[in-house]
Amino acid sequence: MTEPKHHLTDDLILGYSAGTLPEAVNLIVATHVSLCDTCRAAVEAHDAVGGALIEDCDSVEVSDACLVGALDLIRNGAWAAPEKRVQAADPVLPAPLRDYVGGSLADVKWRPVGMGVKQAILPTQGDATARLLYIPAGMAIPDHGHRGMELTLVLQGAFSDDDGLFARGDIEVAHEDLHHTPVADISEDCICLAVTDAPLRFKGLIPRLAQPFLRI
Amino acid sequence: MGLQTRDMPTDWVNCLIRIRDLRDEAAFVELFRHFAPRVKAFLMRSGSDAALAEECTQEVMATVWHKAAQFDPARASVATWIYTIARNRKIDILRRTRRPEPEDIPWGPESEPDQADIVMLQQESERLGEAIASLPEKQRELIEKAYFGDLSHSEIAEQTGLPLGTIKSRIRLALERLRHAMDKK
Repeated sequence: MTEPKHHLTDDLILGYSAGTLPEAVNLIVATHVSLCDTCRAAVEAHDAVGGALIEDCDSVEVSDACLVGALDLIRNGAWAAPEKRVQAADPVLPAPLRDYVGGSLADVKWRPVGMGVKQAILPTQGDATARLLYIPAGMAIPDHGHRGMELTLVLQGAFSDDDGLFARGDIEVAHEDLHHTPVADISEDCICLAVTDAPLRFKGLIPRLAQPFLRI
Repeated sequence: MGLQTRDMPTDWVNCLIRIRDLRDEAAFVELFRHFAPRVKAFLMRSGSDAALAEECTQEVMATVWHKAAQFDPARASVATWIYTIARNRKIDILRRTRRPEPEDIPWGPESEPDQADIVMLQQESERLGEAIASLPEKQRELIEKAYFGDLSHSEIAEQTGLPLGTIKSRIRLALERLRHAMDKK
């Protein structure tokens, strides 16, 4: 496995470990970590901080009934075994995404959004939206800025913009100040996971008209 | 076995291994008495009321028992592992949303961690704990807010200087070794 070159920010790693991110952002973090040992190690190190805080924090007294209840749960509790991941391996979609599309890449319910671009919105709750994007090789996504944050993780192919070249496993973290026109690499159709926490802003009129249909 | 004295973090490793391998209820009670009040405090600081926190704590501790087989002392301290279970429960209950987990690295049965790795990881966890305990009050509060509350975390400057680097490289090393071992198959 070649290591990605573009990584999660410290804020995202901390938020994932602390459990304070919206579901869609958790999904893209979990997907990147599935492909990136560096960020996996960083997440586990941040979990260790959580452990140290729990060990060290002021405790709150727990009733005897709570212990009795816990003992009852371990002796008699109907224990639902942790959900086993049943989806077969897929060369493009890591396990967290397979759970959301309910299978492999072939099960993704793409919707055309024009000019050969397809998208599939994934079911997440909360303030951010996750979608899979399919961009034909060599295609440019219209120039756009962001009101909020846009996270883009490459799963297949590559794209490039002002910030550089992004290939499988690389994540781009675009904030409000970034105006960019990502172009898919010519060699292969590009599949990305994109997460936004606010609608995008397109510069041209036509993309702006298309925006309600894209739901972006 | 038996290489630790009491009150060392690794003591909890032995305790959890007794739960994992022997289904030892006395060990569970011991673990419960130490960690349940901490888990409850964590849940209450995250916004839960006392009754809900206690109910969740009960479930978290029962989950520790049921999932004990998944505990790997070369990758996490007991406190860290319990923290991740409590955190996931917090997301389920308080935030009512899912937390997707990364794809597992296939730790095979032959990759039983060796004692040196376990001791190293546990010692690093202990050092991290000491470092956090000795932080200036203000910095410590920031970190606690980021983990326990729902506050923005960009405030947390790098200046806290926590020795995350060592623990990170340790985990990285373990991952690299595993990949290397799998390549040879």
